Amino acid sequence: MAMRQKIMVLYLASSALDTPVVAWAFYDGTGDESHMAGDCDDPPYTTGLAALKDGWRLIQANPLSGHSEGNEFRTDYLKYEFLFEQLVQINE
Amino acid sequence: MLLNSTQMAQFAARGFLRMDSVVPEALNQQFLADVGHVDEDLVETPGSHYARVMSTSAVPVVPAGVLLNDAYPSGSALNQLMNLPVVAGAIQSLVGHSPVFDHHFLHITFPPRFYESAGAVPTSQHTHQDSTIDPRKAFDIQIMYFPHDVTRDMGGTRFVPGTHLRRVSEAAIGRYQNVRGQQHMVCPPGTLLFMHMGVWHGGGMNTSERMRYMFKIRLGPSERQVRLWDDSDLPNDHFQQRPIFWTGKRENVDPIHEILTKSEPWFEFDTSRLEYLNRIRFWRYLLGDESFDADFWLTRVENEFA
Repeated sequence: MAMRQKIMVLYLASSALDTPVVAWAFYDGTGDESHMAGDCDDPPYTTGLAALKDGWRLIQANPLSGHSEGNEFRTDYLKYEFLFEQLVQINE
Repeated sequence: MLLNSTQMAQFAARGFLRMDSVVPEALNQQFLADVGHVDEDLVETPGSHYARVMSTSAVPVVPAGVLLNDAYPSGSALNQLMNLPVVAGAIQSLVGHSPVFDHHFLHITFPPRFYESAGAVPTSQHTHQDSTIDPRKAFDIQIMYFPHDVTRDMGGTRFVPGTHLRRVSEAAIGRYQNVRGQQHMVCPPGTLLFMHMGVWHGGGMNTSERMRYMFKIRLGPSERQVRLWDDSDLPNDHFQQRPIFWTGKRENVDPIHEILTKSEPWFEFDTSRLEYLNRIRFWRYLLGDESFDADFWLTRVENEFA
């Protein structure tokens, strides 16, 4: 038996895990599922907390960082990124 | 046929204007003939079709930097398209009287059988912002022309309204597979999508049996983009502030204030406010008037004393 990762990336409305999902992505290391840009218009979970309750393990969260002088109002990348994993056994 | 103030405010807030079926069908057919469309059965591979279209198409090879007026031969489908009153008016409203041609390209997405026969796996295009980091106040537009009907399974261009003011670096946002509020172009023939250069977008996967064509033209301004539209409909109280939060019964609300402070489904709680600030700054640029504000967002943070 070997293990593979399934990765889910959730972007939330704030740094709190119990706030709504605004964007998401999936990468399936088992190869069972194929995901791509634009393949679903509805979030997989309402919040990050809902994903935890469904068994996803949080492995990384974006830290909060200060706003440099002159760039206080600049917007760029989605701010609240959370990476989750599931470990799945596969038959080799 | 210039844009009106409401349309311009929609563009400022959401980064796009969609015009369905504004190109006559005869012109759509002429365009498809000009680019060298052939029946799908006559296409061997995506590569060979692109090569043939590129070498035989009537679409001219145009150097970047020429004026749009000089880009397309008189009588050609693209020249007629640019001169349709609704198209010429929108272009003038957005990028002025003498817009500069940047580039154009015919995007073709092929049905799955073309990939399967080559042992490849069809996929959609990653979400991206075109060109590169672009911090200008001035802006370019991208006109997306859909010459035939686009059904959902044809994978019409996907885009995320309201992302145009975010400064990101092209494909760096490829991890954003899906974003709440994303739209997929499903449209009748002759539809145009006018997009601010910064809108996040990507081509969808075509799972239909038909090839899909989308022609994109990028244009830049050659003048300051101030009140180039028909601003005669700006409300008289456009520069007045309205009550915030404790609003009572709002009556005769200036629709532009509403448009500039309307949230998108993907907005984060805190940065949604920054989006409003940046939209208001963009609207000030378009008005040529630094005194405009909506819901006190900029006035509040500008209330500084020497």
